[in-house]
Amino acid sequence: MTYWFQQILNALQLSSIYGLIALGYTMVYGILTMINFAHGDVFMVGAFFCFIAAVMLGLPFLPTLLLTILGTALLGTTIERVAYKPLRQAPRVSAIITALGVGIFLENFTLALAPYPQHIPPLLDNITWTLGGVTLSSLQLIIIVLSLGLMFLLDYIVYRTPVGMAMRAISWDKTFVPLMGVPVDSIISITFAIGAGLAGAAGAMYGLAYPVIDPYMGIMVGWKAFIAAVVGGIGNIRGAMIGSFILGTVEIMVVAFFPSTYRDFVAFTLLLLLIVIRPYGILGQPRTQKV
Amino acid sequence: MIAPLHDGRAWLTAQRWLLPVLLLLGLGLSFAIPQYNFPNKYIQLIIMYVGINIILTVSLNLVNGYMGEFSLAHAGFMAIGAYTAALLTMRVLPVADYPWLFPLAVLAGGLMAALFSFLVAIPSFKIRGDYLAIITLAFLMIVKSVIENIDYLGGPRGMPGIRKLTTLPWTFFWTVLSVWAVRNFVYSNYGRGVLSIREDEIASDLMSVNTHRVKFLAFALSAFFAGVAGALFAHVLQFISPRVFDIIKTTDILIMVYLGGIASIAGSMLGATVFTVLLEVLRPSNTAALLSWLPDFIFDPLNEYFIQHLGIWRMVIMPLLLVLLMLFRPRGIMGLREFGWFVPRLDREAGVGAVLPEKDHEPARSQ
Repeated sequence: MTYWFQQILNALQLSSIYGLIALGYTMVYGILTMINFAHGDVFMVGAFFCFIAAVMLGLPFLPTLLLTILGTALLGTTIERVAYKPLRQAPRVSAIITALGVGIFLENFTLALAPYPQHIPPLLDNITWTLGGVTLSSLQLIIIVLSLGLMFLLDYIVYRTPVGMAMRAISWDKTFVPLMGVPVDSIISITFAIGAGLAGAAGAMYGLAYPVIDPYMGIMVGWKAFIAAVVGGIGNIRGAMIGSFILGTVEIMVVAFFPSTYRDFVAFTLLLLLIVIRPYGILGQPRTQKV
Repeated sequence: MIAPLHDGRAWLTAQRWLLPVLLLLGLGLSFAIPQYNFPNKYIQLIIMYVGINIILTVSLNLVNGYMGEFSLAHAGFMAIGAYTAALLTMRVLPVADYPWLFPLAVLAGGLMAALFSFLVAIPSFKIRGDYLAIITLAFLMIVKSVIENIDYLGGPRGMPGIRKLTTLPWTFFWTVLSVWAVRNFVYSNYGRGVLSIREDEIASDLMSVNTHRVKFLAFALSAFFAGVAGALFAHVLQFISPRVFDIIKTTDILIMVYLGGIASIAGSMLGATVFTVLLEVLRPSNTAALLSWLPDFIFDPLNEYFIQHLGIWRMVIMPLLLVLLMLFRPRGIMGLREFGWFVPRLDREAGVGAVLPEKDHEPARSQ
């Protein structure tokens, strides 16, 4: 039983990180119906920003985290302005391929600057509590609480503030909302900033939890977060959180009870079945297609 | 409708004898080049990679360009073909004594990949767009992790010691075959079905297009040539592992497709060639050799500050070029257009070019 609780705790840690990344995917999709394939690499750059702040500047935990979030938010808006905005009227695939190109650029640019995997030192004293055989480390607690906090903050922004209302309006209809005085360009930039900032936070936490970082780490984690977003129903913020918790739990449970090489196989097979059974994700709305 | 590129280039289209002559010339060259070891082994290797990449690009264009889906599974089909063919040449067929048995292995690799394509085709009956992209991604990951878990196939360590059986003539043969097959498929009745699915699947279903059969065929043909390319690739590289066929490989093929332009065979051939050759040209030694005619006072600083560093930076330059191309030419080099050669005569006279309307083929959104 304690083994179960321990695994659930590990699953929570992994899924919070997936969740933060999946939110960025789903927000951008909701507003632009565009898959931002560079998002996983923004997460990776976040981990490297964390490395720069922690090792090169020698900052403690909180400033490091804030600097990482700011840096990636800036990166996210820059990418949007330079690479995606000119393509808003172009076919959807062009934007997707541009996103792939930006992602590969970020990977290889980081690789050119940092050719070897880097190590992030522990920024916090690691305290562990043992409760009835279940060990909880302070880092795990911080990751889970901080992620949940950020998720609820985002939920609040999207559903309770004017900016969030504008985001939902744009994702509902792009033709008439600008006529109502909604500044579409700035709202889209804000969306990218928030999404990238969340990915940066995820990168920093990932770097603290699994301290070796390399330029290609964003690919797999990014794709998995994307899958989590789709499972939850892409474009739906609460769905992205639910999808991430399902994916994280499935992955950790597979590793806990089967050889670890089965991890991807079982996880992806389950996701395949889920999508075949429920093609619009768990919380997604089926769209009727007009002919 | 966009006009094909044949205006004012009648010599390209009118000379019916030119194509067979060029094909024969190509075939002759593909035998002669290795025979006389013309330029060198390295150039020959690049030519083979160009051929294999053309097969991959043209076949992926069938699904992603002509049918308008977004498939990420191509590297998975490639892996199935590569492993099937490698198993056959290493453990079953006596290729050491009879090297002409090699095409059988390639054929088997393609057929095996086509067999597995139903795993993607059947979900595509119900699921479209980004959700189908996820299905294909999951397929790729499942193929990779199944291979990783089978010890007989070498698991994650891969299969070393594959014979180098892919030769220039065989690459040429399969490349021409794939272009021919895809071109004929696209301009056949089924091809019209494929295009109508891209424009509107429900409407084409109502217009009595058998969408299920068309999708089965398109996915199978696409997967078949991905398998063929995988088999050829395995016998050039002489070593395969699940890592070779991961998402990065798929991304490369996607880039070649969209670089060349969707729904254009000429574009695919161009995209694959440009991408492969450019990556090689940007290697420091090659760039240095290409620019060595420059006077010393230009070459030396250029060499010191630019060329010497290309080893890593070429991988940074390539995606930048791709992004720039997409910004200035969102449809790729040849998007929307086709060389008159690839368009059948009757279509050409009716003014049918690359058969791609101006409108964005985003599925209609209900308001």
